[in-house]
Amino acid sequence: MTPNPELPQLSNSEISRYSRHLILDEVGMEGQRKLKAAKVACIGTGGLGSPLLMYLAAAGVGKIGIVDFDVVDESNLQRQIIHGTDSIGVRKVISARDRILDINPNCEVEIYEEPLNSENALKILEPYDIVVDGTDNFPTRYLVNDACVLLGKPNVYASIFKFEGQATVFNYDGGPNYRDLYPEPPPPGLVPSCAEGGVLGILPGVMGCIQATETIKIILGKGDTLSGRLLLYDALNMRFRELKLRRLPDSPVISELIDYYQFCGVPGLDGHEEPAELTTHTEISVHETKLRLDEGWKPYVLDVRADHEAQIVSLDFSDRLHPHRQIMEIADELPRDKDILIHCKMGGRSRTACEVLAEAGFDPRHLYNMSGGIVAWASEVDRSLPTY
Amino acid sequence: MSISIHIPTPLRPYTDTQATVQVEGATVAEALNSLTSTFPKLSKHLRDDAGKLRSFVNVYLGDEDIRFLENESTEVKDGAELSIVPSIAGGLS
Repeated sequence: MTPNPELPQLSNSEISRYSRHLILDEVGMEGQRKLKAAKVACIGTGGLGSPLLMYLAAAGVGKIGIVDFDVVDESNLQRQIIHGTDSIGVRKVISARDRILDINPNCEVEIYEEPLNSENALKILEPYDIVVDGTDNFPTRYLVNDACVLLGKPNVYASIFKFEGQATVFNYDGGPNYRDLYPEPPPPGLVPSCAEGGVLGILPGVMGCIQATETIKIILGKGDTLSGRLLLYDALNMRFRELKLRRLPDSPVISELIDYYQFCGVPGLDGHEEPAELTTHTEISVHETKLRLDEGWKPYVLDVRADHEAQIVSLDFSDRLHPHRQIMEIADELPRDKDILIHCKMGGRSRTACEVLAEAGFDPRHLYNMSGGIVAWASEVDRSLPTY
Repeated sequence: MSISIHIPTPLRPYTDTQATVQVEGATVAEALNSLTSTFPKLSKHLRDDAGKLRSFVNVYLGDEDIRFLENESTEVKDGAELSIVPSIAGGLS
């Protein structure tokens, strides 16, 4: 086969670097030059994005775009291996770019330090051949999917929970997309998140490597991709299973990008929308909580996290620990004539608990949700406490 | 008809952490109803208020999506395997 003359040439140093690829029939000079010509956008530099970006860089992908607006936190390092201890507090796109360029200086890295949204998604993704979804939330996943459909680009997908991962390739060669698999997102609160449920650190490593493999196969045009198949991985029992994935006859037509936070029923990250009038409880900051406690406020303090979280760190003035999903089991034992201050890790589960109790007839004037949870308390009020 | 239903990790808190549950039933609907009568707390995660399967929860008979069979009316044979596969996003909810 005559190599495509439009593909970029490899330098002698690149030929040496990629020698194990060049002697593979399925890659060879032609394939390696395709990799060098390829442009891949990765949304997120977290658990999935970390190994993915490192392998794409090592494999010789010519241009990599990375989208993330987060900074490296110590709790990321258990799984986000592209970042290191020295990068704590550093912007993830910067930390990831530095690591990529250390692995392979031939790689061109474009960074986008902003949340992907309906206004910027098409513009950011348009220059790339393939998009890899390494995000961690439903609104961005639907946004990435719809943008890929509108732009006609393959979307290499994986998601994770605890010990379980799902992976596939969407919108490739007329194949199904995310909305064929799940037409609608779950309402908030009905599906537990990794922040609540935890995740085995190596799980996104396995799933991110599967995404990297699929991305490279698409670039090379070799092998069978996961398009049309949903791969399930169960790390705990070490089982892979495969399910069929097809275009839904009545799948929603995607004609434009929408407000995905509204679509998913969750508050936006930009925080510019007006907070709704609360009728179920009062949101109280950790500073105000501290101030009022110092002034003699004596609420009943209810921790709605799981046992194993309370073992990591607890407030020493907590009265009761009971997980938020089973809050109604202890409703009869909670005081009805005094204030109840409810907290969890970040403030989400405790808000749900407030809402459930208000619906069950507790006086909303007595219900307080400690905004930001014990993490905010540990970082803003009592810095002697660990965060997780 | 004895049917095994694979329970995904996010729903195992509602099945006493069991990963696979054996149920009886001649159709997908009967098998799922048998599951939710044993584990009533699972019900609201599988069905909406109108009793319809939620759109972010897929059910597979073997490796086939029941939406491409007869949905919940799909007949199941003795020893069949059903899988419940919910939508998962990752870090944030």
